[in-house]
Amino acid sequence: MDDGKTSVGRRGFIQSAGLLLAGSVTDLALSKAQAATRIALPFANGERPLVAYPQKRPLMRLTTRPPQLETPFAVFREGLLTPNDAFFVRYHLANIPLSIDLTSYRLNVKGLVSKPLSLSMEELRTAFPTVELVAVNQCSGNSRGFVVPRVGGGQSGNGAMGNARWRGVSLKAVLAKAGVLPGAKQITFKGLDAPLLPSTPEFVKALTVDQAFDGDVMLAFAMNGSDLPMLNGYPLRLVVPGYYGTYWVKHLSEINVIDHEFDGFFMSKGYRIPDNDCGCVEPGTAAKTTKPIGKMVVRSFITSLDDGAAIRVGEATLVQGIAFDSGAGIREVQFSQDGGSSWVQANLGEDLGNYSFRPWNIKLRLTKPGPHNLKVRATSRSGEIQPLNETWNPSGYRRNVVESVRVVAL
Amino acid sequence: MRLGLAVPTLILSTLLSHVAFALTITLPEETVEYRIGPGVDLARSYCMGCHSADYVLTQPPGMPRSFWEAEVNKMKKVFGAPLPDDQVTPLVDYLVRTYSVH
Repeated sequence: MDDGKTSVGRRGFIQSAGLLLAGSVTDLALSKAQAATRIALPFANGERPLVAYPQKRPLMRLTTRPPQLETPFAVFREGLLTPNDAFFVRYHLANIPLSIDLTSYRLNVKGLVSKPLSLSMEELRTAFPTVELVAVNQCSGNSRGFVVPRVGGGQSGNGAMGNARWRGVSLKAVLAKAGVLPGAKQITFKGLDAPLLPSTPEFVKALTVDQAFDGDVMLAFAMNGSDLPMLNGYPLRLVVPGYYGTYWVKHLSEINVIDHEFDGFFMSKGYRIPDNDCGCVEPGTAAKTTKPIGKMVVRSFITSLDDGAAIRVGEATLVQGIAFDSGAGIREVQFSQDGGSSWVQANLGEDLGNYSFRPWNIKLRLTKPGPHNLKVRATSRSGEIQPLNETWNPSGYRRNVVESVRVVAL
Repeated sequence: MRLGLAVPTLILSTLLSHVAFALTITLPEETVEYRIGPGVDLARSYCMGCHSADYVLTQPPGMPRSFWEAEVNKMKKVFGAPLPDDQVTPLVDYLVRTYSVH
């Protein structure tokens, strides 16, 4: 913070007292990560302490109360699934549950249904078929700190996302058991995380009936083979594959079927994007009309190289990364070693499903010494392609510009 | 390590899977504070009730006064912060003076 070290890398430095680890020395950086105390994200005021929370390894703390923790980017090179103890944490309101007793925990399904339900976790697990899928959960404001001109809000680097294997029951099955009545328009979801003041709006999100019945939306009780960590929504969270994390309500306690468009703050005022094709406006201007944020836009990252990494001239280096979209799946990943002047197709790796990170790799051989700008650009099977130049919206949502990593050939 | 009570309950849930019936965690202590300066008492009185000071500390440097005005007004009008009308401007003054220049 005040130790005179400055940040230059796009992923940020891992810093600790008397020790400065540039990301190019990957293995060293990872082995010493335990000793690191903070990471400097490469934007102004981007320094974050690394703090261990219950069931979590040290993560980058954005805020203390309520807790917001970011996954250090180096975690994404550990594997395709983001470990539970490294998965990012995001809350809105400070009255979060710290102790949950399953003997009293119930999921209530009410409103416009023929048979209201009050289900224990045991009933949920046994009365419905278990479903499982791998899906990316990404915060709407992931990467907000990189937005130029800067915008207010949670100043995340690229680690407010994670990919997990979710296990639970289908929302559709639960709704079918309750019997959604004609006239239903939306379904709202509320968890045990609550405001501290009665005057603060509750965190409630809404899906249309069609969205809720799409078949993939899940009430998940496990991720990556274990119970959800408390801070990721124990014992049950909504999983809305392909949609931004704002819809993935944690500690899910109430599902309400309603006959109108829900107008709570976090749908009607918060989490809205400009109502046009790009979801963007001229930088620094307001949107004339807005709509609720919805599906994720296609993204890709280089995970194997940090900004500033050194590569030996003439030697083959396997560059690796990830790509994902909202569920069409990844059609192709293009890679450029010359700042975007020319592109070649990367190899796609293991396919864990259309909602998952898709790994990619390419062999890179740099023949000229000096700096090189590596870029990666994904196209989804629906034809959506990442923009080469960044777009802007007032809340800094849905960033998906083509990423660059600058390396030096020596 | 600051795992607190999570360690025993975590082990329990791992071993017994479906038979674990409770999970309790203890969060690390809140240590972050507002920067000292004229008006810091307002931030302590009217902001700290609902969120920690790092919500403010981590905002981009150099944000214009209009940004802090909008934030304070949102907290008061939408999130129900019990900030008296005549304290809005002094609180904005503090935020601009303290966090827009760093």
